[in-house]
Amino acid sequence: MTRFVLRRLIGMVVVLLALSVVIYAVFYLAPGDPAQLACGLKCSPAQVAQVREQLGLNEPVYLQYAHFLQGIVAGRDFSTGTGVLHCHAPCLGVSYKTGDQVTSLIASRLPVTASLALGAMVLWLALGVGTGLLSALRRGRFTERALTTLTLAGNAVPVFIIGLLLLLLFCASLQWLPFPTYVGLTQSPQQWFWGLLLPWVSLALIESAKYARLTRSSMLETLAEDHIRTFRAYGVSERALVTRHALRGALTPVIALSALDLGTMFGSAVLTESLFGLPGLGKLLVYSVGVVDLPVVVGLVLVTGFCVVLANALADTLYAVADRRVVLT
Amino acid sequence: MSADTDTREASGVADAPLVEVRGLTVEFPVDDGGSVRAVDGLDFTVRAGQALGIVGESGSGKSTVAFDLLGLHRGTGARLGGTVRVAGVDPHTAEGDELKSLRGELAAMVFQDPLSALDPYYAIGDQIAEVLRTHRRVTRRAARARAVEVLDRVGIPDAARRSRLRPHEFSGGMRQRALIAMALACEPRLLIADEPTTALDVTVQAQILDLLHDLRAETGAGLILVTHDLGVVAGSVDEVLVMKDGRAVEHGGVAEVLGSPREPYTRALVGAVPRLDAVREPEPVTAAADADGGDGGAATDAAGPGGDVLLEATGLRKEFGRRGARLTAVDDISLTVRRGETLGVVGESGSGKTTLGRMLVRLLEPTAGRLVYDGRDIGGLGERQLRPIRRELQMVFQDPVSSLNPRRSIGESIADPLRAAGRLTDRQVVSRVGELLERVGLDPDWYHRYPHEFSGGQRQRVGIARALAPEPKLIVCDEPVSALDVTTQAQVVGLLGELRRELGLSLVFVAHDLAVVRQVSDRVAVMRAGRVVEHGTADRIYDSPQHEYTKGLLAAVPVLDPEESAQRRAARRALVRG
Repeated sequence: MTRFVLRRLIGMVVVLLALSVVIYAVFYLAPGDPAQLACGLKCSPAQVAQVREQLGLNEPVYLQYAHFLQGIVAGRDFSTGTGVLHCHAPCLGVSYKTGDQVTSLIASRLPVTASLALGAMVLWLALGVGTGLLSALRRGRFTERALTTLTLAGNAVPVFIIGLLLLLLFCASLQWLPFPTYVGLTQSPQQWFWGLLLPWVSLALIESAKYARLTRSSMLETLAEDHIRTFRAYGVSERALVTRHALRGALTPVIALSALDLGTMFGSAVLTESLFGLPGLGKLLVYSVGVVDLPVVVGLVLVTGFCVVLANALADTLYAVADRRVVLT
Repeated sequence: MSADTDTREASGVADAPLVEVRGLTVEFPVDDGGSVRAVDGLDFTVRAGQALGIVGESGSGKSTVAFDLLGLHRGTGARLGGTVRVAGVDPHTAEGDELKSLRGELAAMVFQDPLSALDPYYAIGDQIAEVLRTHRRVTRRAARARAVEVLDRVGIPDAARRSRLRPHEFSGGMRQRALIAMALACEPRLLIADEPTTALDVTVQAQILDLLHDLRAETGAGLILVTHDLGVVAGSVDEVLVMKDGRAVEHGGVAEVLGSPREPYTRALVGAVPRLDAVREPEPVTAAADADGGDGGAATDAAGPGGDVLLEATGLRKEFGRRGARLTAVDDISLTVRRGETLGVVGESGSGKTTLGRMLVRLLEPTAGRLVYDGRDIGGLGERQLRPIRRELQMVFQDPVSSLNPRRSIGESIADPLRAAGRLTDRQVVSRVGELLERVGLDPDWYHRYPHEFSGGQRQRVGIARALAPEPKLIVCDEPVSALDVTTQAQVVGLLGELRRELGLSLVFVAHDLAVVRQVSDRVAVMRAGRVVEHGTADRIYDSPQHEYTKGLLAAVPVLDPEESAQRRAARRALVRG
């Protein structure tokens, strides 16, 4: 187990290094002069040259990349012309637009996306696994058909439709809920909850369809396994068959998938965040791409990449914990 | 609940048979709206302490009967007819506590395929305890103690510690024992064993059968033993019911049915059982290998250059894994395969026989040793140098289901090696495949059919046709018949023998079934733990085995004669004690 975790950690570092090389290359090959972008359109050529010098853009590419890596590990200093800006490790550079450190930009938005992703996951798991189980146990009956239709419909509608409808209904017409805003969990748990409820629900409605289908098929598969028949033949009640013997096997793939989805959610909740005006990572990414704020884009890609890789390792570990037959290597 | 049982016992049903089945029919609905009659008008009774064997080939409906005794077809859409009573309970209609008590307390099933019949997530002891707690009001601790007790009873060494292990940490034989232990947990009055030994080695099979035999004597429970293997029932039951297509073909005392079967079908079944004492039909080619003069002249003609060595292995060794996890699967094996002869390799699971077989055709690279084929050391050759020799060394695999690509027609599967050789035009390939299909007893028009449309035996014929396609000189058959019914087994074994004679092939026949190996082999090597413990002509090995291990293996082989079977059981015990 320890060996597995160690190997996975090394693997993660390798993947992230590869990702950083690729994204750095894109950064470098992107059209336009980074110095010009950083300085702004009104800069004179002399000012641009100064900025280029400050940002170290006159150095060879490999050195720039090395400095970038050095910044992540040990932090680095940027001269601002008048003084020196120290960027603490892990340093992902400085925004061209605002001059803020990328790390702090991301750190300030991470709680928003994390709240959104985690809350939505709790909801979609409850909803998806619940409907999935119900339709597996009521196979062939009306309940199953109704649930299948509903989940399919949920899966087919894009988030901006569901989200808009929910907004219209609950915030505009009925006025049961406030328009979503983000208030930190530490500031006011209550406002945090009510502010995020609609985004959670709209994400969960869409994601839960996938989980309902997965849970249903995996439950049916498990119920058809020989060991279920064994315990049925020994008089064990149907309820105990499901809760004690089938559920564990049936939920293993669900757990693994949700860990993966959680990781992906960090990079892909863009639509939801934009729709509900939540200041999360997705919104920052869209904005930064729009104004070609390359250090922020690179930083965001690395951070979301890190989340995905971490979630992958987590999924594998959970899988092995749930099913002891899986040998971790 | 146990009070219920006692009253039922006391209230005058003591005389009634334990199991009474009258006119049982089971029909399963099929997709096109019709139905298939899996069991058709079956009658039988089993009294307390008695044992009934239900025998038939796959698809005969024997397991369907066993499942019905516990009411396991209810709720599956199957239509059930006739009357069934098991310990006074009607499994077709019983509800609630009565049904629950039938399942596990009055009657208990010992399931087949011990790998999947247990829950992979729980410790074996907990699973047995759960069965007990379903039926008895006992504490968790007491249930666990009873689980250890029954595990110990079925001969699991160090039962207390092992009861905490999960199924995948048990060997196949131990898992089967655990399933028997589970059946014993509530001391049922009837044990139903569904192919309890099919997946096991002969020695383990003998142990399991002996165990069931002893348990019946000890507890007075009734036993229904469902199996395709006549040898299994011979020493273990009083009565035999032979089933075919859902009907009883023959029913009577085990000695009569197996000793002097009345029905042609039973006779065919009995005849197909490979026997240890069977003298192999005289074949000219084998005589050359034995070189005992007599008809040697004819042999030399048939075998061409005549029994010279085709493949010679010296000090062959194969290790898997690295450093700490290293495992030596094959250890210092030397043997020869001559032209036109069959070398049998017998051994139990884990003995390294499959690894050896794969090395002989160079699917695996030996870790050490020499492997000389046709005068050339091929042991260390690289893939490129091996390529021209590959077609001459072919393999037939054990599982005809998984060794054929389910998404390719069988004709295409057979054509693959021909296409790979690249010497024939497309047209020639197709016509050659037709010939091959015909040669192995299949219809050439079946070229475009897919594996799932064939029975196990037919699929194995396809596997043989594929191995024959590149005109090999040596075929290694790895357990080619162990997944097949006895009658099909006999046909496939017959086919292999015929092909060898006609095409002058050399065969290496790897199997755990000693009787089958004797049927086909000129010489036999007995393997254990990666080594050959004994090696000689088939007659010598089987008639006067030298090594203790070979003796043990031979003593474990089931025989058809119930009396001899009882003697052998006694002999096995003596061997264990000695």
